[in-house]
Amino acid sequence: MLTLDAVSSVVDGETHIADVSMTLEHGTLNILLGPTLSGKTSLMRLMAGLDAPTDGRLLFDGHDVTGVPVRQRNVAMVYQQFINYPTLSVYENIASPLRVARLPKPEIDRKVRDAAGLLRLEGMLDRTPLELSGGQQQRTALARALVKQADLVLLDEPLANLDYKLREELRAELPRIFAASGAILVYATTEPEEALLLGGNTATLHQGRVTQMGPTLEVYRRPVNLITARTFSDPPLNILPVAKHGPTVSADDGTVVPLGERIAGLPDGRFTLGFRPHELSLRPSDAATGVLSTPGRVAVTEITGSESFVHVEALGQRWVALDHGIHEVSPGQTVTVHLDTRRCMVFDADERLAAEPIVAAAA
Amino acid sequence: MQQSATTMREGAAVPQRAATGGTAGAVRRRTRGGGVPVKPLILTLYLVFLLLPIYWLVSMSLKTNEEILSTFALWPQDLTFANYAEILSDPAWYMGYVNSTIYVVLNTVISVSVALPAAYAFSRYRFLGDKHLFFWLLTNRMAPPAVFALPFFQLYSSIGLFDTHIAVALAHCLFNVPLAVWILEGFMSGVPREIDETAYIDGYSFPRFFTRIFMPLIAPGIGVAAFFCFMFSWVELLLARTLTSVDAKPIAATMTRTVSASGLDWGVLAAAGALTIVPGALVIYFVRNYIAKGFALGRV
Repeated sequence: MLTLDAVSSVVDGETHIADVSMTLEHGTLNILLGPTLSGKTSLMRLMAGLDAPTDGRLLFDGHDVTGVPVRQRNVAMVYQQFINYPTLSVYENIASPLRVARLPKPEIDRKVRDAAGLLRLEGMLDRTPLELSGGQQQRTALARALVKQADLVLLDEPLANLDYKLREELRAELPRIFAASGAILVYATTEPEEALLLGGNTATLHQGRVTQMGPTLEVYRRPVNLITARTFSDPPLNILPVAKHGPTVSADDGTVVPLGERIAGLPDGRFTLGFRPHELSLRPSDAATGVLSTPGRVAVTEITGSESFVHVEALGQRWVALDHGIHEVSPGQTVTVHLDTRRCMVFDADERLAAEPIVAAAA
Repeated sequence: MQQSATTMREGAAVPQRAATGGTAGAVRRRTRGGGVPVKPLILTLYLVFLLLPIYWLVSMSLKTNEEILSTFALWPQDLTFANYAEILSDPAWYMGYVNSTIYVVLNTVISVSVALPAAYAFSRYRFLGDKHLFFWLLTNRMAPPAVFALPFFQLYSSIGLFDTHIAVALAHCLFNVPLAVWILEGFMSGVPREIDETAYIDGYSFPRFFTRIFMPLIAPGIGVAAFFCFMFSWVELLLARTLTSVDAKPIAATMTRTVSASGLDWGVLAAAGALTIVPGALVIYFVRNYIAKGFALGRV
């Protein structure tokens, strides 16, 4: 069990990590989700012991490991860039941590071949990493992390530099490969979709702070604040600022938003509605009540095979609507967008979640 | 690294084409412009002028003194190896080579082994005044060696290092260590820092990481740095001559002193000159693919 206790990191007066506390259990998959420069890598380097925190403590199974150099810690790390020892063969690359640990030769051989088998590198063992494809290079790095049987395995966007097909393949295999080791698996990613596919727990990061941590689906469905919801939404979260006066909720231009009973208990004031693209439709909803239909002007259409993302300007906001199938909607055209307000998250003026969606959003 | 290697190979291929495949180029040229094949001609002229002094030296070394002074001939009329035989049998001559080799090798070993950790520090760590120190290192190369001849001479005389190989080797470090640091730093900075970290994560101690993982990675850089140290030390005359008299007298000094002393023995001098080219040519062969990057101080 790795515990971070109010860990902070300040480098050259710049705060990289601010007051992060979290507990990671053995045998769990923990995802660090956040945009570039949100502190994912900094946090991992602190966990590994590559950097020492400016403030706070790290406990591993109850032992204080703050400032213990990485050499004396049992961790493994895989980087986004394919990092291997270019001068050593793939076999020696995988064997490297075992050789340093002075394991007997037959045992090293067995472990290396096991790991190579799991990561389908059997035929490549005699080559050097630079003779391999990107996917194979990253598999080599993963195999090296695997043979070490480390207590803490840190994967820093390991699939980001791979092409689409390989990424899907490895993403499906990764949790399975490391599951047997009982290690604490930490996986950093910028893609909300990847977090959802991997499951486990997710911690969302924003500017060096953990905004929320919990089971991935829980964080996705009930983000505690607007920042978390934004971080966990791709394409970007759609926003609608509204004002509540008594029972009426209206947008800035006076359009009444039929939120119904959901916000009856909330005080008057300003709120922000947040909803993901698949909750905004170009087709009329079959729900009887609580649907906001408003005209919008199409700005851009992105077609991604079986579905289209339509960017529309409506109620003074730029929204993205997900439309299943490919539809010819040309920029400049006026369409009517339909929002089932039961699926909206409602955030208060402090950007905290005030009312969660009634209908569980499908992932 | 890869790129510079291919560029070098292409560069080598150009004169080759001019020499062997000249006909193809000539045909193409003739069909277009009609008349003289300009490109191969220029290349041939260039190569002739480039190699002429070396050819003349080798040609002289194979002639007798009488022939050198009396007749003009493009190649030796009376071929003789006596000049080489004299150099290789007379200790006054061949000890020059031995002395030069000793201090050059000493200097190369010292320079590279001192520069390796220094370059690693400059490449990987940030410390107070690192950039200034790094630049200041190179300023040592901006003064002519003559500036340092006097202080070195006085210093070495007073501590009993005068006329020893180590004296010359250490004096040359003044120029070669900064150069080696700059070259090695360039090569080291081309190695991602993550490789260092991966090694630490794997559990390598620093010395083991440095010798097993890191040095093989920058082997071309070490080769190029060693070559540059070798080259500068081998051709440097002023300090080497000032700091030695008999026991550690370098070959270049032997050659110049022969001119002033016992009349002019043209043939033997030419043979000595030809032999002096050999070590440099040998060493440069091994690092030929990385020389360009070395001249750019590893920053290509």
